[in-house]
Amino acid sequence: MSAALRHHLGWLPQGVVLGLLAFAIFGPLLNMLLWAVAEQWYFPHKLPLEYGFSFWQRVFRPRGNAMVSLGNSIAIALFTVAVCLAVAIPAGYALARRSLPLRGLILLAFLLPQAFPSLAVYINVARIFYGLGLNGTIAGVVLVHTMHGLVFAVWIATAAFAAVDRELEEAARNIGASPLQAFRAVTLPLAAPGIMASAIFVFLESLDEFTGTYFVGVPDVTTLPLLLFTASMEGNYQIASITALILLVPSVGFMLFIERFLKADVLAKVGS
Amino acid sequence: MTQSRLISLALVAPALAILLALFVYPLGFSLVTAFEGEGGAWTVGNFTKAFDFYWRDIGFTVLIVGLSTVLIGGFAIAIGGFLTLGENPRAVAALRWLYRWPLFIPFVVAGQLMRTFLAKNGMMNNALVELGLLAPLQAQSYLDWRGIVVTFVWKQTPFVALLVAGAMAALDRATIEAARNLGAGRLRVLLEIVLPQVRQTLIVGLILSFVIMMSVLSVPLMINAQSPTMLTVDMAFRINAYGDYGVANALGFISYLMTGVVAWIYLRQGVREGGA
Repeated sequence: MSAALRHHLGWLPQGVVLGLLAFAIFGPLLNMLLWAVAEQWYFPHKLPLEYGFSFWQRVFRPRGNAMVSLGNSIAIALFTVAVCLAVAIPAGYALARRSLPLRGLILLAFLLPQAFPSLAVYINVARIFYGLGLNGTIAGVVLVHTMHGLVFAVWIATAAFAAVDRELEEAARNIGASPLQAFRAVTLPLAAPGIMASAIFVFLESLDEFTGTYFVGVPDVTTLPLLLFTASMEGNYQIASITALILLVPSVGFMLFIERFLKADVLAKVGS
Repeated sequence: MTQSRLISLALVAPALAILLALFVYPLGFSLVTAFEGEGGAWTVGNFTKAFDFYWRDIGFTVLIVGLSTVLIGGFAIAIGGFLTLGENPRAVAALRWLYRWPLFIPFVVAGQLMRTFLAKNGMMNNALVELGLLAPLQAQSYLDWRGIVVTFVWKQTPFVALLVAGAMAALDRATIEAARNLGAGRLRVLLEIVLPQVRQTLIVGLILSFVIMMSVLSVPLMINAQSPTMLTVDMAFRINAYGDYGVANALGFISYLMTGVVAWIYLRQGVREGGA
């Protein structure tokens, strides 16, 4: 093969591999989109026989199962973010800025849940909650999601506070601000983008959480992931695909914009 | 202890309290229940029962999660390597845009996607038939152990690849350029120069993925309902069908051991290298 020809064909293997990868990544997504707008689709037809939105009307019917689940999911995620931030902001500030005994150990302790398969812990949380009357309540699900989101909230908040320039705080103190005033006027606003990122992350984790809700939420609290699961197991692929699409939009959006929320200076401080 | 340190502890206390109440306490509860017989006496009866009933599922879980971890590692290295050493800027940009899509897609959604994509008359088989690569009668369903592995790899590779690519991008380019100038091929540079320097990041990402895959209930339920199946499905079944917390927690203990062994291998290697 001449050098010129090789140069012209050099892109071919790369192109084929990228094409295969694109099919592997977007194929399943495209299949779901087709199911979401399929009115009728059965074997051996390779494409839906009829397209339409009648299943969308069923999903978005006011007071239908899906709307209740969507409301539950959003309420639970917002409460989870509120609880996580309420405990993670003071903890992150103390871990990043103040002298604290056993600081490294405490930071590591928040990583502990990541080292154990969570399902085996959730079944026991559900058993304990059952005794407390928390099973099947929104509060119970919020607590489980809070535990799950806490590691991200604490670690990102700590990194966000660590990335704030100490000299700005000291300048505020020098002109007579109390520690609390300096925190509210200088440190917190400067750390806000990082904390916002952790809030979005906790929100998404809660929105997507399945296993904990499966054990603690039953039978009264249904969230979107549980609705999707039930619809899929019943073979109702249209409902399952539409629900999957609702969950997909915020996930993909976050993936596309994560770098705008989580700046490199904060990322560099994670775990330091 | 000074007053300042007491205030610091007070600031951390609420977060630690949640950790203790909702993680450490239930974890202790699960360890105790695993070794507790019906009258409350200590026993290993739950474990003998767990092994008798579920020894195949224990092996199945190890194989599936192990194979998925190996594949995720391979793909993550390939993606990171191409992004770092690729010479065609357009191909690199295309891959950078492409590989991250499944990053935050929840497992339950990935399960639903694959349930339709990998089915006997799903889109994958249809595409292969249309391309003439597969005879229609040969089409088979992949909704078994293969489907679980595909779903896990599809969902977790972007996470590990993101970590690995980040670590590779932070490397000193000088050694890479020097090796290239001396005539080393790109594959050799990747395996002998780049990979050893990002091994730590790769292994941390793979261990995190291993633990996450050990905890997923939705994917094995949706992709592979038949036996053998994964331990998470067995745990849910013991509780939903029998309220049998003893055997469920014994299986939970076995899954802690599996992740523990993986973490231990990693730590031991770290010590050996640190000592060398």
